[in-house]
Amino acid sequence: MSIIVSISKLSKTYASGFLALRNIDLDIRQGEILALLGPNGAGKTTLISIICGIVTPTSGSVRVADRDIITDYKRTRAMIGLVPQELTTETFETVMGSITFTRGLFGKSPDASYIEDVLRSLSLWEKRNSKIITLSGGMKRRLLIAKALSHEPRILFLDEPTAGVDVELRKDMWNLIRGLRDTGVTIILTTHYIEEAEEIADRVAFISQGEIIVVDDKVDLMRKLGRKRLVLELFEPLRFIPDSLSSYKMELKDGGRYMVYTYDVHSERKGITALMTDLGQAGIRYKDMTTEQSSLEDIFVDLVRRKS
Amino acid sequence: MNFRGVFAIYKFEMARTQRTLLQTVVAPVISTSLYFVVFGSAIGAHIAEIQGVQYGAFIVPGLIMFTLLIQSISNASFGIFFPKFTGTIYEILSAPVSHLEIIIGYVGAAATKSTLVGLIILITSGIFVPLDIMHPVWMLVFLLLTAVTFSLFGFIIGIWADDFEKLQLVRLLIITPLAFLGGSFYSIDMLPDFWQNVTLFNPVLYLISGFRWSFYEIADIPIAISLGVISFFLASFVIITRWIFQTGYRLKN
Ligand SMILES: Nc1ncnc2c1ncn2[C@@H]1O[C@H](COP(=O)(O)OP(=O)(O)O)[C@@H](O)[C@H]1O
Ligand SMILES: [Mg+2]
Repeated sequence: MSIIVSISKLSKTYASGFLALRNIDLDIRQGEILALLGPNGAGKTTLISIICGIVTPTSGSVRVADRDIITDYKRTRAMIGLVPQELTTETFETVMGSITFTRGLFGKSPDASYIEDVLRSLSLWEKRNSKIITLSGGMKRRLLIAKALSHEPRILFLDEPTAGVDVELRKDMWNLIRGLRDTGVTIILTTHYIEEAEEIADRVAFISQGEIIVVDDKVDLMRKLGRKRLVLELFEPLRFIPDSLSSYKMELKDGGRYMVYTYDVHSERKGITALMTDLGQAGIRYKDMTTEQSSLEDIFVDLVRRKS
Repeated sequence: MNFRGVFAIYKFEMARTQRTLLQTVVAPVISTSLYFVVFGSAIGAHIAEIQGVQYGAFIVPGLIMFTLLIQSISNASFGIFFPKFTGTIYEILSAPVSHLEIIIGYVGAAATKSTLVGLIILITSGIFVPLDIMHPVWMLVFLLLTAVTFSLFGFIIGIWADDFEKLQLVRLLIITPLAFLGGSFYSIDMLPDFWQNVTLFNPVLYLISGFRWSFYEIADIPIAISLGVISFFLASFVIITRWIFQTGYRLKN
């Protein structure tokens, strides 16, 4: 698979002295959906902004379709569509006026039927002559997507596209994104929800404190990271885990009053039934049980620990 | 050259004017008429002629220049300040347009608007006083050169300003007084010596003087010096703008 965006040794120190990106190396493959996953403040927006030309890198380089984003910016930017994180839209312009502006800005000749398609696919066609100020938040989000698509980009960046978006629009958005991917558009989206990355991405890049911690195929990553914990509150505290249960990954907590079983969401779900049976046979009784999905934070902590 | 990109910015900015057409066209017509009623008629009745030109006609070039300066600066500064303020500037920064193209789009639109307003005032003035323009080509040269120069200045202010107050500040505290004291409504000959010399430091004097020369061939300052001063300002603003884009000053992090 060919590489469409190649980021190498990219660092960014803001004027405040804050080091937002540290030595980022990342290759984005043509036609994939890549999720940049990381908590707030990790540097996702900074990374995207550099590639799009909004933020100046401090060091390192980015190549888009084998062209440097600084020396050859006209060509690289023409290929890129950006949906920003904030709902930044004009106010008094109409939907059509705004989208026509973007297309022109990117140097494309007018194409009424393409624009109509884009607006229809985002359910904005009926609103084409409305002033932007009259649109709801969800519609503004769709307008931003329409603007980014208006110049037929080959690479689409979506910065936290689902922030403040309702379930229905989210579903529409995923369908649209998959449709675009099927036409060969490369898609990079940022999110801090692991479920979201799981739902849509082909590959996931974890970013934390300005560093890429891991980049991997989603399926592999979820297998490695998608853990759940089953916590059993026992009637009688246990001093040790009986041999008959040694095949399970379990530990005792709080003086043996709790038994914690960590399991993989994807491959070991059936294990729980067996565990229950085995618990019964070992004569272990419990008052209560709860399950916890490992949070993104847990995963990060885990990853950072494993890395060092 | 991304001509479509330049045109998109230009058109977008001009569309903003269309939405405020009333304000853009009617306001200068009304204020010009008021100036003529107040200055031309009320005061003009007590002032004979200045260097052989009827007072009402004498103030026309100054009046146009005055409005041209203010309009150029407000249009251009607002044009770039607003997207910066709302955040829509991201689109311009991420588009395949060069710095020069961005400037041509914004400054071109602002200069077009203020030139149009200048011409509207010229036409309105024709209703009140007899106008004869001796050097129409030079008149247009001064008009356009000033419009472009001060639209560029407005563009710089719009980038520098990070709140609405600063946006108005330069116009209110610097440009308006300079324009008033630059000989819009009088010849500097009419001032005491000391103030005549002070006025020589006012750049607006040179604009108005040159512009008035193109109408009536009367000038406080030799025409070549007027042209030189405008060119000097234009060159300075070009250099500052280049620096802004090269460093990303207040545009990029
Ligand atoms: N203009 C700026 N000046 C200083 N620090 C900034 C600036 N923009 C962002 N940062 C800081 O850089 C870090 C990364 O920000 P950002 O890229 O927006 O993260 P994310 O998009 O992952 O939430 C944050 O700690 C943020 O506070
Ligand atoms: Mg962000």
